[in-house]
Amino acid sequence: MSFVEVENLFHAYGGRPILERVSLSAEEGEFVSIVGASGCGKSTFLRLLLDQERPERGEIYVDGDPLQGEPSRSRGIVFQRYSVFPHLTVRDNIVAAEALSRPLGRLFGNIRRAARARADATLERIGLGHVAGQYPSALSGGMQQRLAIAQALAGKPRILLLDEPFGALDPGTREQMHAFLQELRAETGMTVFMVTHDLPEAFKLGDRVIVFDKVRWDPHDPAAYGATITYDFDARNGGIPYQLQKDEIHGLAES
Amino acid sequence: MRWINRNPGRLASVVLAALPFVLVALVYSAGSAARLAENPQDRILPAPSALFETTIRLLTEPDRRSGEILFWSDTASSLTLLASGVGIAALIGLSLGLAIGLVPMVRRTLQGFVAVVSMIPPLAVLPILFITLGVGDAAKVALIAIGITPFLIRDLSARTLELPQEQIVKAQTLGASSLSIALSVALPQIMPRLISAVRLSLGPAWLFLIAAEAVASDSGLGYRVFLVRRFLAMDVILNYVAWITLLAFLIDWALARASRYFYPWAEVRS
Ligand SMILES: Nc1ncnc2c1ncn2[C@@H]1O[C@H](COP(=O)(O)OP(=O)(O)OP(=O)(O)O)[C@@H](O)[C@H]1O
Ligand SMILES: [Mg+2]
Repeated sequence: MSFVEVENLFHAYGGRPILERVSLSAEEGEFVSIVGASGCGKSTFLRLLLDQERPERGEIYVDGDPLQGEPSRSRGIVFQRYSVFPHLTVRDNIVAAEALSRPLGRLFGNIRRAARARADATLERIGLGHVAGQYPSALSGGMQQRLAIAQALAGKPRILLLDEPFGALDPGTREQMHAFLQELRAETGMTVFMVTHDLPEAFKLGDRVIVFDKVRWDPHDPAAYGATITYDFDARNGGIPYQLQKDEIHGLAES
Repeated sequence: MRWINRNPGRLASVVLAALPFVLVALVYSAGSAARLAENPQDRILPAPSALFETTIRLLTEPDRRSGEILFWSDTASSLTLLASGVGIAALIGLSLGLAIGLVPMVRRTLQGFVAVVSMIPPLAVLPILFITLGVGDAAKVALIAIGITPFLIRDLSARTLELPQEQIVKAQTLGASSLSIALSVALPQIMPRLISAVRLSLGPAWLFLIAAEAVASDSGLGYRVFLVRRFLAMDVILNYVAWITLLAFLIDWALARASRYFYPWAEVRS
């Protein structure tokens, strides 16, 4: 069995099928990009992986064990919005990754001082050292997402789930975030599932790109059927289909 | 330029803000002068100078029997009752609000109950409180607490439910238990909401306090106002009303300042 094994998932909201017959295996350390039309159930799929919701049918196994019914430390998440705690300073948002698992959700004394020092080191590394004492609302969108990713990683999850993490960023910041994410991934070797609407991004970052779409379509009732995985591209080595295309364009530009 | 786009400058702002106060003062002085011109013994609208003399007398002359300056002992007594009632209500409102907002089992159990209880008119309960708790301070504190707790519970549970689900999920992925989510994620974010809910309920709290003091008491601002009414002592009543208004205003202002000082992150968002 693979590290993440999704078996024949079916999920509906209010009798309306959203996902059907979704099966997927992913190896540990793999980066899976997820693309698909708006509203086809990508975020729903992430919620099921996170165990924020239970699928109506089917099962998800992580490392051989079925999910337990609620989110846990093994799977970290970065949402598009609201991912950091607005009432904590940038530094304490990182510290929270250690503190929240304590009985009172707080650290005290020396442990707290040590955690703050570690958080400062992390922030220094990701270029947020100068805003450690500020609140997230004072940060730009890119900085907030960087913080959100660093916070999720500080919890040392085995799987990182990203839901359109860079959707609201400008292209330049997006490039920086890509480099940041790739660097972190090379370092930690964690498994990543990332939803995105940006195809080049999906192929650039992912080892695989999976596409969600409806295979059955009732013209009289578009909501009658759910979406499933219709394509599963190998995107390694720079992404073969995408890379070839890009080379052609480069070739044209050079000649 | 449209009226909705015209903003007063700094000086104009001050003048405009002062205008209603000045107008009220002018209308009062004119009314008072007119009545006094007709009948120098008139007690309904004392002259501003007479009001000020009463102020001095209230602040300096000790009571003949107790030797205390009643103005201050009334103030202390009322503020103690108010603070106790509001404090108890805030504690209950905060803990039940958090529990209802976070824990589905508690929500199912209490939401309907609180909705029904909040419809009980508190003043109708006052006789029951006097019968069960006696006519002492306990009944007055209880009336204030009963009067505003349901609102605080409903407001704070709604605010807790409004916390983005993403944050609650996020905390769970960082290993937080229900308790640590309540204490470290929800509670700090609800505190500024608690302060603004308390600010809103201070009006009703004063109302319940003064009503209870008027019915059964031997000290307090509300007691004094209703006592001197028998002697038509408008000068004392007006001074007390102005003082109560000033106190209410200062408490409200202090709470707003405290909220901004302790929870600076909450300002930016709202
Ligand atoms: N809690 C819910 N209750 C009912 N319907 C829901 C719920 N969550 C999502 N849906 C519906 O399920 C469908 C899939 O939603 P989902 O958020 O997974 O789409 P998505 O692929 O992430 O879309 P987008 O690209 O716009 O983020 C949508 O039609 C949405 O309206
Ligand atoms: Mg989505």
